[in-house]
Amino acid sequence: MMKANNKLGLVFFPAFDWAISSTHPEREERLLYTQDQIFEEGIQDIEGIQFYNPVIAEDKDIERVHFCVPDVKSRLTNSHFISVGGAIKAFQAVMNKEVDKSFALIRPPGHHAQRVVYGDRGFCVVNVEAVMLERIRQEFGPLRVAIVDTDCHHGDGTQDIYWNDKDTLFISFHQDGRTLYPGTGFMDEFGGPSAYGYNINIPLPPGTGEEGFLYVLDNVVMPILDEYKPDIIINSAGQDNHYTDPITNMNFTAQGYAKLNEKLNPDIAVLEGGYSIEGALPYINLGIILAMAGLDYSNVHEPDYDKETLKQSVDITEYIKKVSELVYNRWKDKEDLRLKDLRGLNNIERTRQVYYDTDGILDNQVQNFKVCKRCSGVNTINSRSDNGYRIFAITIPRDACSNCLDEGYKLYKNTSTNYTNVYLQDRINDEYYSK
Amino acid sequence: MIVGLDMGGTHIDGVIIKNGKIINTVKKPTDKDNLFQSIWTTLKELLSEHDKSEIQRINLSTTISTNAIVENKISSVGMIIQSGPGLNHDFLACGDENVFISGYVDHRGKVVEPLDFVEIDKAINLFQKNNIESYGVVTKFSTRNPSHELKIGEILKKEKPSQITMGHTMSGKLNFPRRVFTSYLNSAIHNTFRDFSHSIKKSLDKEGINAPLFILKADGGTMNISTAEKKPVETILSGPAASFMGMNGMLSTDKDAVLLDIGGTTTDIFFLADGVPLFEPLGIKIDRYKTLVRAIYSVSIGLGGDSSIGVEKGKINIGPSRKGYPYAFGGPKPTPTDAMIVLGLMAKGDRKKAYESMEILGKKLSLSPIDTSKLILETMGNIIQNKVNELLDEINSHPVYTVKELLHGKKIEPKLINIIGGPAKALAPILKEKLNLPCYYPKNYHVANAVGAALAKPTTEITMLADTSRGIVSVPELGIYEKIRKNYNLNFARKRALQLLEESAVSMGASKDEVETEIVDESSFNMVKGFYTTGKNIRIKAQIKPGLIHELRGDKYDEG
Repeated sequence: MMKANNKLGLVFFPAFDWAISSTHPEREERLLYTQDQIFEEGIQDIEGIQFYNPVIAEDKDIERVHFCVPDVKSRLTNSHFISVGGAIKAFQAVMNKEVDKSFALIRPPGHHAQRVVYGDRGFCVVNVEAVMLERIRQEFGPLRVAIVDTDCHHGDGTQDIYWNDKDTLFISFHQDGRTLYPGTGFMDEFGGPSAYGYNINIPLPPGTGEEGFLYVLDNVVMPILDEYKPDIIINSAGQDNHYTDPITNMNFTAQGYAKLNEKLNPDIAVLEGGYSIEGALPYINLGIILAMAGLDYSNVHEPDYDKETLKQSVDITEYIKKVSELVYNRWKDKEDLRLKDLRGLNNIERTRQVYYDTDGILDNQVQNFKVCKRCSGVNTINSRSDNGYRIFAITIPRDACSNCLDEGYKLYKNTSTNYTNVYLQDRINDEYYSK
Repeated sequence: MIVGLDMGGTHIDGVIIKNGKIINTVKKPTDKDNLFQSIWTTLKELLSEHDKSEIQRINLSTTISTNAIVENKISSVGMIIQSGPGLNHDFLACGDENVFISGYVDHRGKVVEPLDFVEIDKAINLFQKNNIESYGVVTKFSTRNPSHELKIGEILKKEKPSQITMGHTMSGKLNFPRRVFTSYLNSAIHNTFRDFSHSIKKSLDKEGINAPLFILKADGGTMNISTAEKKPVETILSGPAASFMGMNGMLSTDKDAVLLDIGGTTTDIFFLADGVPLFEPLGIKIDRYKTLVRAIYSVSIGLGGDSSIGVEKGKINIGPSRKGYPYAFGGPKPTPTDAMIVLGLMAKGDRKKAYESMEILGKKLSLSPIDTSKLILETMGNIIQNKVNELLDEINSHPVYTVKELLHGKKIEPKLINIIGGPAKALAPILKEKLNLPCYYPKNYHVANAVGAALAKPTTEITMLADTSRGIVSVPELGIYEKIRKNYNLNFARKRALQLLEESAVSMGASKDEVETEIVDESSFNMVKGFYTTGKNIRIKAQIKPGLIHELRGDKYDEG
C-alpha cells in the first residue's frame, strides 16, 4: 500500500444534514462528490493519513474572537460549533505531534465573519481559522502565525480580526474587489497601528490562471513568509479560483492548487469557499490532500482539463507582475510607511460599513485603536445595526500592558446604558463579559 | 438437522444440531496436504450414526481459499485496469501481467473518455503469450457505471478464459484499490476453489446426501456453493467469523458486548452493538491485500494459553510468540497454561513441571511460584483490558458525516464480556474485575466454531444509487444499471432495494421465510445546477439482518 511522506491529519466533515437553504451553494450536496472521490481513491488506506472527527467548540471559543449580537447561542447553529471544532481538532493533532500537517475539510466556511457578528455574511457566521487559532494559543501558548487566504474572495473577516495583531500575519490574494464580493481587499488596507504592514492584500484580475497564482506565490508570498518566519502557516483554503466555479471569474486548476500547497507547505489547511462541487472540488481536494501528504499528485486533474485553453493572457501576466512588485515593495517599506502615515497619533479611528449579504443587515461601525508604546493597545468598536442594535465592544489584546488592561475594565464599567449591548474581551485572563 | 463443519489450521470440528441442541460432535486433525480428504473423513465420522436424509443443510467453513492465497498456490492472473485521473496507479499492479488502459468514468458515472479497443487487443495478446487464462477487469468508479468493465468482459469472453472477475460485481463500496485487489484474488483462487467444490459435490452425491451445501463467509453469513464458485474470495478468513457466530449462538445477548476467543497462540477480540455484530468498515485484509470482502470486525493479538513468558528488567512479558507446548506438557518455556495449572484452575498437565516453570520465573521477580502465577494472569488481564479499551476508542471515533451522528451517534459501551477458549474459565474472574463487567463462558466452547458455522444463515448486502438527474439507478453487486423516471424518489428506491435484496438472498440459497431484510443507510440529496434543482441523488445500503438461524439451547456458565 501507499505510504504518505508527511503524516497528514484529515478532518472530513461534510455536514450532510445542514444547508443554508436547499438550493443555496452552501447545501448538503456540497462535499458529496468530494467524498466519493476520496473514498474511491482509497485515501483511507494510505498509511500515514489519519482521519479525525471534529470536536465541538464551546461558547467561550467563539467569545474569544467574536462579539455575537445579542449572544453566541442566538447566532450559531450546531453546524457552526462543529465546523470550528473540526478545525480545532486538525490544529490540535499537529500541535500534539500526532501528525505533521492537517487539512480540515469542513463546512460552513468562515473567512467573511468579522469581529462583530450580527448574522451571516458571505455564507460565514464564525471565523473558523481565527476561533481555531485563538483556542490553540490558549492551549499551547504564544505562536507566531501566518494565515494565507487563497480563497477567490477577499478574507475580510480574518483581516478585521487580525487587523492590529503583529503576531498574526494575514496575506490574502483574491479576485480584485472592484469585480467581486465583498468589494474590499486593496493594497492600502495595511493593518492597525500595532501591525502596520502585517495585513497584506494582493488583488488579482479576473482571468488569473495557474501562471499568475504561482507567480504571486513565488514572488510575494514566499519571500514575505521567509522574512516573517512564522511558527505556523495556515492556508485559508478556498477553492473558488477554479475555472469552473459558478460565482467567480478565475482560471485556476486542481494541478495549480496542489502545486500551491506543495510550495506554501502549510501546517494547517482549512476549507473555505468553492462551489463547483462536481467539476472542481473532488479534484482540488484530492490534489491538496496528496500535496500535503507529500505524495505524487501529477495525475490529478479535472476530466475536462486543457492546459492550453486555460493559459492566461500576456496582459494579465504583466498586470500581475506589477501588482506583485507594488505589494512586495510596500512590505519592505512598512516601517517608513508607518512613520509617515501614523506619526504622532495617539488613537487611530477606522470607520466602516459592513453589509451582511446573506441576512440583509447593515452595520455602521467605528473602531478605535489606542496607540500604546508597551503593547498593541486596548481597542473598541462602536457599532449600530439597522436591525436595532447599538453595541459597544472592548478588546484587551493578548499582549496588553497593565495600563491597557485596567483601561479596558474601566471602559466596560463606565460605558453607559445607551447601548443595547456592551462587551468586554479580556484575552489576557481569557475572560469574556457582556451586559 | 443441520451439519456444521469448521476447518481450522490444526483441527476440523464438526457438529450436528437438531431442534436447537447439539447431538453429535467430532474433532479431527487437519491434513494440510489434503484438505478435501480431511473434511470428508470428519463428515463421514460425524454422520456415521445418523440418518443422512434428515440433513436440512450442511454449512462449511473452509480455509481452502485462505491457504491458497497465503501459500501462493494460485492461478496466474492478467489484470486490465483503468485508473483515470487521480493517484498514481503503480501500486495497483497485483496481477502477473497488468495492463493499464485509457478511458475514464467520473464520480457521477459519466463516461468522460471512451475505451481504446486497440489497448484491449494488446492486453489479450500479452496474456495469451504468457498462457494466462484468468482475468480481472477493474475500472475506476465502475460501481457508478460498469459499462467499460462489461465491454471489456465481453471481448475477453471470446477467448474462453477460465475466469473473468469484473470489479463492480465484487462490492458496491467505493474504493478502487481494494476493488482491484479483491477482483485479482477472486480470479487467482477461482480454480482452486472450483476443484475443491467439485470434489465435495461428487462425494456428497456418492453418499446419497442431497442436502444443500453452504459455505461460510468472513461476515458470519453463508452462501450456497454455486454462488461461492463465482465469488470464492468471499470464503476467505471465515474461521474467526465461525467462532464469533458460535459464541453468539451459545451466549446470545441484545446488548453491547466484548467477545473474546482466547486460544493457544492468539486472542481474537470482537464486539457486538445492541447484540448485532460489528463489521469491518470496508473489508478484510489478507496477506498484503486490503479487500472489499465484508467481514466481522476482529482483531487478533499474540496472547494465548501457550504464549511464551519471559522476564525483562523485572517485568513479565507474555507473548506475542508461541515457542511450543506449555512447560507442563514438555514445552520449552513457561506459559499462562502453566500458571493456571499451578493455581489449580486447570487439571491437565504435569503439575510438578508447571510449578517448576513458575519457580524459575519467580526467582527473577523475587516472588513465590503462586504469586508469580497470579501475576501472570493479572498481566494477561491487563493486556486484554488495554487492547479492548484502545479498540473501543478507535471504534467510537470512527468518522461520521452528519451533525446528527456527531452529536447523537451510537457509541459502543459494553455491558458484558463473553469468552470462549481454553483459558476462558480461569480468566473470567480477572477480566470481570479489570473491565468491571459481567463475564460469561459457554459449556461447549471447544466446538463453538462448528456451532457457529452450523447456525449461520445466508447473508448479503446491496448498494443502490439512484441519480434522477442522469435518470439512472445502479446496484453494482447485482449488475443492475438501468434507466429510471425523473419522479423516482426515496420511497421507490427503498422498496426496490428491499425487493432486490430478497431476490438476491433467495438466489444465494436462502429460503423465503428466513429472509429478513433491512435498510442500514439511506440518504437523498437535492442536486442543484446553478440555482435550480435538477434532481435527487438517492443512496441506499440494505442488508440481510445478520444473525443466526436460531439460538442454541443449553446452559451457559456465569461468572458475573
